[in-house]
Amino acid sequence: MLGFAIRRLLSTIPVLFIALTICFFILRLAPGGPFDEERSLPENVLANLQAHYHLDKPLIEQYFRYIGSVVRGDLGPSFTTEDFTVAELIALGLPYTLILGGSAFILAILFGVASGIISGLYQNRSADYVTSATVMTGLIIPSFLMAPILQLVFGVQLEWLPVGGWGDGSIAYLTLPVIVLSLTHIARISRLMRGSLIETMSANYIRTARSKGIGEKLVVLRHAIKPALLPVLSYLGPAAGYLLTGSLVVETIFGLPGIGRYFINAALSRDYGMVLGTVIFYMVVIVILNLLVDLAYAYLDPKVRVR
Amino acid sequence: MAERPALSIQDLTVSFDTPEGEVSAVSGLTVDVAPGETLAIVGESGSGKSQSFLATMGLLTRNGHTRGRAFLDGKDLLAMKRHELDQYRGRDISMVFQDPMTAFNPVLRLSRQLTETLCAHRKMSASQARARTIEMLARVGIPDPEKRMTMYPHQLSGGMRQRAMIAMALLCGPKVLIADEPTTALDVTIQAQILELFADLKREFGMALILITHDLGVVAALADRIAVMYAGRIVEQAACDELFENPRHPYTRALLQSTPRADMDEASLYAIPGQPPNLQRLPAGCAFMPRCSAAIDRCAASPPALETLESGHHTACFRARELKEIA
Repeated sequence: MLGFAIRRLLSTIPVLFIALTICFFILRLAPGGPFDEERSLPENVLANLQAHYHLDKPLIEQYFRYIGSVVRGDLGPSFTTEDFTVAELIALGLPYTLILGGSAFILAILFGVASGIISGLYQNRSADYVTSATVMTGLIIPSFLMAPILQLVFGVQLEWLPVGGWGDGSIAYLTLPVIVLSLTHIARISRLMRGSLIETMSANYIRTARSKGIGEKLVVLRHAIKPALLPVLSYLGPAAGYLLTGSLVVETIFGLPGIGRYFINAALSRDYGMVLGTVIFYMVVIVILNLLVDLAYAYLDPKVRVR
Repeated sequence: MAERPALSIQDLTVSFDTPEGEVSAVSGLTVDVAPGETLAIVGESGSGKSQSFLATMGLLTRNGHTRGRAFLDGKDLLAMKRHELDQYRGRDISMVFQDPMTAFNPVLRLSRQLTETLCAHRKMSASQARARTIEMLARVGIPDPEKRMTMYPHQLSGGMRQRAMIAMALLCGPKVLIADEPTTALDVTIQAQILELFADLKREFGMALILITHDLGVVAALADRIAVMYAGRIVEQAACDELFENPRHPYTRALLQSTPRADMDEASLYAIPGQPPNLQRLPAGCAFMPRCSAAIDRCAASPPALETLESGHHTACFRARELKEIA
C-alpha cells in the first residue's frame, strides 16, 4: 500500500511540472506587470525593481530561475505584498480556506449521500421527487447568484446571520459561505448516489441477501451502501478540486481572508510569484486528495486491493 | 402421498408491468413437493420456471406481481408481509442461485455473507455461527474452510463459489431448497461434482429439493419427479422414469428428442421448429400449438387443462391419449 502511494505521488511530478510551465507563460502573455499602477513609477525606480526581481532578464532565464527555486522548495517573494514571501502568504490564508473547504466537503458528502440514499430507495415516489427537486435547485443556481440571494434573505432581511466577513470564525459566520460552496456538490453527489444505489439494488447479490431473510434494513445497510458508494468516491477527488476553485468565488463574495482572496488579488495585480505559488499549492492539494480517494477506493473494493 | 407436502404452490400467477403492457410469465401453476422429494422443473428460458420460485420467495423485481398461494408447512408465504416472510426465507426455505459469480456481494467477505443467515435466524453468537459455517463449508467439500472464510468472492473459483452458495443455503437446515440452474454457469467436470454433492446432501439432510433446469441430463440423474413448463404453464408432470420412457405431451417428446446423445450422428440432431411464444401475445389456445406436429383444430380454441392419465402422470394435451399409440 505504501509503495503504491509513493509511486502514485512520483507519477504526478511530470503533471505538476507541465501545468506549472503552462501557467508561467500564460501569465506573462497577459499585458501589464506587477509594478504598473495608475501613477507610473519613475524610470530608474522601475528598472531597480525589475532588476531586483530579475524581470529584466530574458523570459527563458526567468523561467529556469523560477523552476530552480521551486525545486529547492522556495516559492519566492511576493512581488506586490512587500516583506512577505509567497509561502508566508499561503500560510496566512490556509487555515481559513481549509476550514471553509473542509466544512463544505464534509457537508456535501453527508447531505449528498444521505439525500441520494433516500432518492434511490424511494425511486420515482414522492420522497424521491421532493429530495431530487430540492437538491437540484442548488445545482441550477450558480454560487455567484446564490450567495447574494442568501445574504439578502438571511443577512439583510431576517438578520439571522452575518452578511459576510470572518468575524470570530464562529459557525454563524461560516454558515452561509459553507452552504453556498457545498450546494452544487451536494447535488452532484446526491445524483451519483441515487443512480448508483438504484443499480446496486437490482444486482443479483441483493436478491441473494434478501433470500436469506436478514431483513430489508440489513440488506440496504450492509449489502447495498458500500458498493453503491464507489462511484461517489471517485467523484470526491475532482470535487475537492472544484471546492478549492469554488472557494475563490465564495471567499471573495463573503470577504473571507483565505487563499482564494490572495489568489484573486494576486492575479489582478500581476503578482507573478504569488499566482504561481498558489497554483502549485492547489495542485499539490488536489494530487494528495486524489491519492487519498484511491486509497479509500482500495479499502471499499477488495478487487483493487489485491492487485 | 398422505404426508403433507413441504411446499405446496396453488394456482400461482406471475406477471410483470412493462412499457408494452402487462406480461404474464406464469399462469395458474400448481405443484407440490413432498419432504425429501426432488422435483425438477424443466423448460426453456422464458418458460417461467425461475420466476415461479422467485415469486414464491418474494424475490421478484419491483415491477412483478404475484397471485395465488404457496404453503410452506401450512403457512401461505404469498400472503405474508415482508418482515414476516423474512422469518421463513433463509431458514425454512432457501435458494441456490444460478450464477455464483454475481450472486455473492463482491465487497463483503464470505464469513460475513454466510454467518449473517445464522445470526438472523438461529440467535447464535458470532463465534458459534462461525464454527457452524466452517463445518458446513467443509461438508460441501471446500478445502481449508477457515482460510476461505476470510476471502472475498472473487478470490474463489466458480466451483468453490457454487459450493459456498450451497453451504450458505443449507446453514439453517431448510425444509425446502430451491436450486435455480445451479450448474449452468460451471464447467462440465465441476457440474458433475456439484450434482453429486446435491445428491449426497439430500440423503443427509432430507430436505425437499426443487431443481430448476433446462438440462434434461441433470434431471435424469437427480430427480424423483419432473414437471415440464412451457410458456408459463406446466404441460406435463410425471415420475422421472415414467416421463423419460413414456412422454405424452408433444413438447416433452420434442424436448427429449432435441437432447443430443453420444450414439446420435449429426443428421439426427433435432431442433424444435419455430420460436417460443411471445408472452405478451399468448395464443387463445394451446401455447405450443404453432410448433406442434400433432395439432388439431381444437387446440386453437382454448388451452388444454392438466389431466391425469394414469396415477401420477399428468399432461395438458387434448391428444395425449391417442398419441400414446402413435409413439
